[in-house]
Amino acid sequence: MLGPSRYVPLVTAPMLITVAVLATTPLWLKQLGLYQYLALEIMIWMLFALGHNLLLGYGGLPSFGHGAYFGIGAYAFGLLQLKAGTGLITGLLGTILISALLGGLVAAFISHRRGIYYALLTIAFGQVFWFVAMKWHSVTGGEDGLLNIKRPDLSLGFADISLRSNEAFFYFCLTVFAVALIALWRLVHSPFGRVLRAIKQNEMRASFVGYNVWLYKWLAFTLSASVAGLAGALFAMAQQSAYPNVMSLHNSGFVVMMVLIGGGLVSFWGPVIGALVFILSRDLLGAYTETWLLWFGLVFIGMVLFQPDGVAGIWQVWCAKRRTPPAAKNTLASLPVVAAKEA
Amino acid sequence: MALFEAKQLHKRFGDQVVLENISLTFEEGQLTGIMGPNGAGKSTCFNVLTGRFRPDRGSVRFAGEDITGLSSREIASKGISRSFQIMNLFNEETALDNVLLSSPAVRKKGFSMLRDLGRNNTARDSAFAVLSRVGLADKADVSAGSLSYGERRALEIGVALAAEPRLLFLDEPTAGLGAEGTARLAQLIAQLKRQLTIVIIEHDMRFLFNLADRISVIHWGQVIAEGTPNELRENPWVQRSNLGALA
Repeated sequence: MLGPSRYVPLVTAPMLITVAVLATTPLWLKQLGLYQYLALEIMIWMLFALGHNLLLGYGGLPSFGHGAYFGIGAYAFGLLQLKAGTGLITGLLGTILISALLGGLVAAFISHRRGIYYALLTIAFGQVFWFVAMKWHSVTGGEDGLLNIKRPDLSLGFADISLRSNEAFFYFCLTVFAVALIALWRLVHSPFGRVLRAIKQNEMRASFVGYNVWLYKWLAFTLSASVAGLAGALFAMAQQSAYPNVMSLHNSGFVVMMVLIGGGLVSFWGPVIGALVFILSRDLLGAYTETWLLWFGLVFIGMVLFQPDGVAGIWQVWCAKRRTPPAAKNTLASLPVVAAKEA
Repeated sequence: MALFEAKQLHKRFGDQVVLENISLTFEEGQLTGIMGPNGAGKSTCFNVLTGRFRPDRGSVRFAGEDITGLSSREIASKGISRSFQIMNLFNEETALDNVLLSSPAVRKKGFSMLRDLGRNNTARDSAFAVLSRVGLADKADVSAGSLSYGERRALEIGVALAAEPRLLFLDEPTAGLGAEGTARLAQLIAQLKRQLTIVIIEHDMRFLFNLADRISVIHWGQVIAEGTPNELRENPWVQRSNLGALA
């Protein structure tokens, strides 16, 4: 379902299209009545959701408290900058390390579990981190969070590039996103990714075949938390602050909704589609009604009931019926088309 | 010295004793059959020998090494492989990938995150060889979940074989196979015999008596008879359980 073990190219057409569409947003987004920050936010959520899908889609491991690692990333980046004066790259690397350490710690407690117990433990740990962010005033700033997180200059050795303008920062984030996209694509098609999928399908057989199931689950969670942390760090820079809401149960739920609506269970591209659909709905529906989440929630319920494979799943079924899928055009609308075919 | 030696194994679940003082020895290169009525403890015995359950008492030695109480993963990595009575496959994966995932070459590279599994041609070739061996060469690209019952049984054995074991446990491999399937399976096992040590739980007595070098009969969680097929034909329990009709 998520692709056979044949040779998989490093860079694929949907990847190029996704990055190209995002890269050209400054040219056409305003004409659609939208704003540039929206593209940035969507991209950061895409990254977060892609990392989350490593667990939910590929590992079959329901982490329902994943907002915590997004938040940990935001706080870690802010604290490193405010307390230790780290720059851009050191700050990001430090954030990834801290998210991996905390994610790894939690994973050590939950990796022998699966299903509902796994999900409950992830929620519980997520709440622990949220509580710490709320109550540890002297470090996290409590409910106010960390303010004045800067976007440090990108130092290339011969020149420093300022990321203060939204456009410059957007292109920096796009570069990070593209690298992470390729890395995650590699990862899910690597032997590690394949074993993870096998564990999802049959944990018992995997251990009888000789795989250390616990270690694979631990690694998957740690990696996923690192990606969430990286996304959180970008979010902290985008918002120029970090606050408890970032790691709330809401955000944990949103990322699950994105992955499922997009079709993360059947396609690598599910989280990308899902993040796009979710944030766009929030803005477009949100312009009409404050209760947009109610309507989105109803759509979500309908999806889970009637189309559990999400947008990517609908596309795959449609393609299978048509046999010969139409040639993909370079438009946003055709993105899921190619995505589903390739993934 | 025997390749595999289990001594005085005890296993109880709650207050039900399932294995009581079971001792079994499997000689290198031999095919041992295990038979007995339903609920006699045969499958539990397999599960204890392959690390799914820990024995409450007793010891298990494999190739001179004490493996009592090791996990199924550790036991598997020592060269003991098994098939399951209730099928236990990676259903979304193709037949080829099921076999591939079981191969030691792929298992060793399991933590590699950047390599591409599809490039490992040696592993793919040997996976194909295993598939042809169990008669599934033309089903390589079909997902395990879409295979027919008999094909899935064959793949069960393929997955166990792909691990390149020294000792192979097969739990009721003929269950649900028709006469033709059973005959083909017997042929395969006859080929495998001598190349590796095999232990088979089986209800089909004709199948077992034709293939096995030795047979152990388990009843009430105990070994009640042991010997070559010929010796066992004379055994009163075997006679009574309408096996006499075979001889």
